[in-house]
Amino acid sequence: MAMQEKCIEPSFSFLKQLEERSGQPVSRCYQCKKCTGGCPMSFAMDFYPNQVIRQVQLGGKAKLLSSRTIWVCACCKTCKDRCPNDIDTSAVMDTLKEMAKEEKVALGDNLVPVFHDSFLSSIERYGRVYEVGMLAGYKLKTKTYTQDMQLGIEMFKKRKLKILPEKINQLKEIKQIFDKAKEKS
Amino acid sequence: MKFTYYPGCSLHSTAEEYNASSEAVFRKIGIETEELSDWNCCGATSAHSTNDYLAHALPLRNLVLAEKQGNDVLVPCAACYNLLKNADHHMRSGAEDCEQLNQDMQEIMGANYQGNIQVKHVVDIFSEPAIMGKISELISQPLTGLKVAPYYGCLLTRPADVVAYEDNPEQPVKLDKLVDGIGADCIRWSYKTDCCGGSLSISQPDLVLQLTKKIVEAAQYAGADAIVTACPLCQTNLDSRQPKFGGGEGSTIPVFFITELIGLAIGAEGSSNWLKKHLVDPVPLLRSLNLSVAS
Ligand code: SF4
Ligand code: SF4
Repeated sequence: MAMQEKCIEPSFSFLKQLEERSGQPVSRCYQCKKCTGGCPMSFAMDFYPNQVIRQVQLGGKAKLLSSRTIWVCACCKTCKDRCPNDIDTSAVMDTLKEMAKEEKVALGDNLVPVFHDSFLSSIERYGRVYEVGMLAGYKLKTKTYTQDMQLGIEMFKKRKLKILPEKINQLKEIKQIFDKAKEKS
Repeated sequence: MKFTYYPGCSLHSTAEEYNASSEAVFRKIGIETEELSDWNCCGATSAHSTNDYLAHALPLRNLVLAEKQGNDVLVPCAACYNLLKNADHHMRSGAEDCEQLNQDMQEIMGANYQGNIQVKHVVDIFSEPAIMGKISELISQPLTGLKVAPYYGCLLTRPADVVAYEDNPEQPVKLDKLVDGIGADCIRWSYKTDCCGGSLSISQPDLVLQLTKKIVEAAQYAGADAIVTACPLCQTNLDSRQPKFGGGEGSTIPVFFITELIGLAIGAEGSSNWLKKHLVDPVPLLRSLNLSVAS
């Protein structure tokens, strides 16, 4: 039985797990597609928001964890506010992103997750975001040096990017928060 | 009226002009503020996208600090506002993990969050009748002839049940009222709450360009000569992703912060320094309307 659950779709265990973890009543969805209709990023997605929800209902875990959709969602929450069944699709996608990282699957996008990592490690290090360090780390890891070069120079000239980081005093509190976050995942 | 001020990381770097203009306007209209001492980054999109615990715990540390300091928290950054408000809402909701979060804060900081303070956004506070009255009393230069499209974006309006302070978050009006109140010509348009893709601006510039382009063109089509926002991510994103910096074709329009426009109207000090920071220079437009910029 357990074997069958693993390889046969539809599988309800994934639906249950996702509903619990995201707190979203995914089962309620009746595919009205309002979420997708208002989604500004649907043009760049491999699964539309309503399809993500349908895949969760059907147990399509592997497809979702390696999808591009979860990373190009702009987190604008339009889908959440318009869903007649009170489902926050973007919160479902946040959970999927977390799971994709935990399970170390091949991610459906190789830029956005690296950006999030660089951003968070900047916070862990200083308590605040140090843009120059964060950008350097991101560009190094993604080899996107030339992208936005002119813009970067312009922002530097306008002193919009600070040369030195701001560090908070109680940095150990931030470290402890990050430690707890690591323990939990 | 006294608040604890939470600037957030953007206002200390890419959006310094939002910080400076906010402070100048507070001073001029008599809102007293004290910066939240030792505040940390709210975690922004990166925390809530990839780590549920950080998404709540990072802003919560700020709420605990703010509660100790007393007074409600006043936030100009729409993203920080959204995340602080979300953490505040989460702690009030009595969700399963609230107790654990508070226990962790107690262990880490020696204090926890009781919900004795409120998180407020500047647009909400500025549009209170008493403050609006104060602003109109102080107007020395009505921004006559400045056609500006009020752009709200996502973070001040969604999720509506958590962050919105508008009667109808799909049709917000508070920024419109402020624009009207300082004598500018408020453009009615239908893109005011569309997403500009700010959270993906660095990692997916080509995708984001398609969103910013639509918004800037829609504003121009509706007759606007400028856009005004209350979000540093929207401002940077819309200001930087215009034709001048490889953002497609067409003409550029300046993108103001609401505090800059109020500051210009009430003659707050330092406006030339704020405007210098913009990528699309707003000064020629202001000059063409005989509006002066204070040093
Ligand atoms: S709006 Fe809600 S009910 Fe409609 S398709 Fe999307 S998730 Fe399903
Ligand atoms: S939150 Fe994501 S999925 Fe939902 S409408 Fe916005 S971009 Fe689309």
